[in-house]
Amino acid sequence: MVVGAGMTGAACAWYAARAGLRVAVVDRGAVAGGTTGAGEGNLLVSDKEPGPELDLAMLSTRLWRELAEEAGFAADIEYEVKGGLVVAAQPEGFAALEAFARQQRRSGVVAESVAADALPELEPHLSRELAGGFYYPQDAQVQPARAAALLIRDARRMGATLHTGTTVTGLTRGAGGEVTGVVTDRGTLRASWVLNAAGTWGGEIAKLADVRLPVLPRRGFVLVTEPLPRLVRHKVYAADYVADVASGSAALQASAVVEGTAAGPVLIGASRERVGFDRGFSLEVARLLARRAIELFPALEQVRVMRSYLGFRPYMPDHLPAIGPDPRAPGLVHACGHEGAGIGLAPATGHLISLLLTGQRPALDPAPFRPERFGDGGIADDGIAREGIADEGAVDA
Amino acid sequence: MTRPSRRLRTPLALVEAQPGPAFHVTFDGRTLNALPGQTVAAVLWSAGIVSWRTTRVDERPRGVFCGIGTCFDCLVTANGVPNQRACLVPARPGDVITTQRGDGHDSV
Repeated sequence: MVVGAGMTGAACAWYAARAGLRVAVVDRGAVAGGTTGAGEGNLLVSDKEPGPELDLAMLSTRLWRELAEEAGFAADIEYEVKGGLVVAAQPEGFAALEAFARQQRRSGVVAESVAADALPELEPHLSRELAGGFYYPQDAQVQPARAAALLIRDARRMGATLHTGTTVTGLTRGAGGEVTGVVTDRGTLRASWVLNAAGTWGGEIAKLADVRLPVLPRRGFVLVTEPLPRLVRHKVYAADYVADVASGSAALQASAVVEGTAAGPVLIGASRERVGFDRGFSLEVARLLARRAIELFPALEQVRVMRSYLGFRPYMPDHLPAIGPDPRAPGLVHACGHEGAGIGLAPATGHLISLLLTGQRPALDPAPFRPERFGDGGIADDGIAREGIADEGAVDA
Repeated sequence: MTRPSRRLRTPLALVEAQPGPAFHVTFDGRTLNALPGQTVAAVLWSAGIVSWRTTRVDERPRGVFCGIGTCFDCLVTANGVPNQRACLVPARPGDVITTQRGDGHDSV
């Protein structure tokens, strides 16, 4: 029983169905109706420091390629190994990138130093004011809503069922307190395992089992320009993006992440701020993102932004997702809290979950992702309840 | 059954509108009548023109789809600026409206 029909739930459903498990997916909204439908579909290794998340990302890079090429999804999910280019404005920033890349290479990341005078070859419209950059050829992209929908469709072909518009309101428990299924507004569904793939709302599902999982919403805006000829070839971002991702601050951070799309519009991110589930447009954020993007690509100054969208990344205090069975509530398994990397990490997460549920040796050590690592400290103490209540009126049902 | 009269199907008549004096715009060199308050899309439709853009990949014709600024299907070039939503942009006297091909940018 997979709760959540976003990218993570879809990947978990696909790998579980392929492993021969009987799978049902429930979601209170539509497929890809939450954070999956509000991102850019990045499959990045470049922004991750060595450690468990990078290991997961490297595994995912391989699995995405398998899904795209061997399972035949490539064209339908708009899979593109476009490569990432991280640039620094100052020599100190370039030196920091070099040190970062040196560490990443030990984990199998390919990172190529690009001197300032070689940048225009990679990106002709890039500012000439930069000190240099690093090129990451493994960075890739998919269209996330299509990817989630197609994996779920393929899982259904293998026997899975899909229940959209179905809200989980409770969990059924056995004599020993174990989780035995979900109660929904459309009836009760029994299951040996209930998988919490509710993303940013994963803390609420955990709460139904009386366990604490501190997933908090970290808001991000994306600006969409008018369609343009190929102006930006790779995913290009400023070096301070890595620091912003790793920051735990609730305050607004914005670093330019600029990329072209197959359809023509250029997408401009990435802002991060913890403001609960506030869906209000922020002119301050939009201006900041536009200014940062123009610093990287001066030609964008003449280009109009057509619209913007926003989403809520599922933020965990240590920036690692929760993946695996929850010993505090037998029968409950988590796969959520991937923050802004959920599309990229989805196949590795789904693969890992299916190995764990079928009793096989996991492809990598799941210990860093233990869902119980934050302890059971009062649920009201970690901000979920506070932010939830403060913004109750703004939550999309 | 009788066909509804031409007059009844005109929204101006339905709401008994008394618009200000008409003015002219051009579309691909052709002079069109426009009324104050009309969007570019309304002016074009009134003249029987339903397509003013071709798609970026297959060069298929496009005009108004949603009509309320949401879908971005009705993009048009007005006074040399491409990618404007015809359903939102008000027509002004002397506007030069042209068919937009692809993304409307010959060069950036």
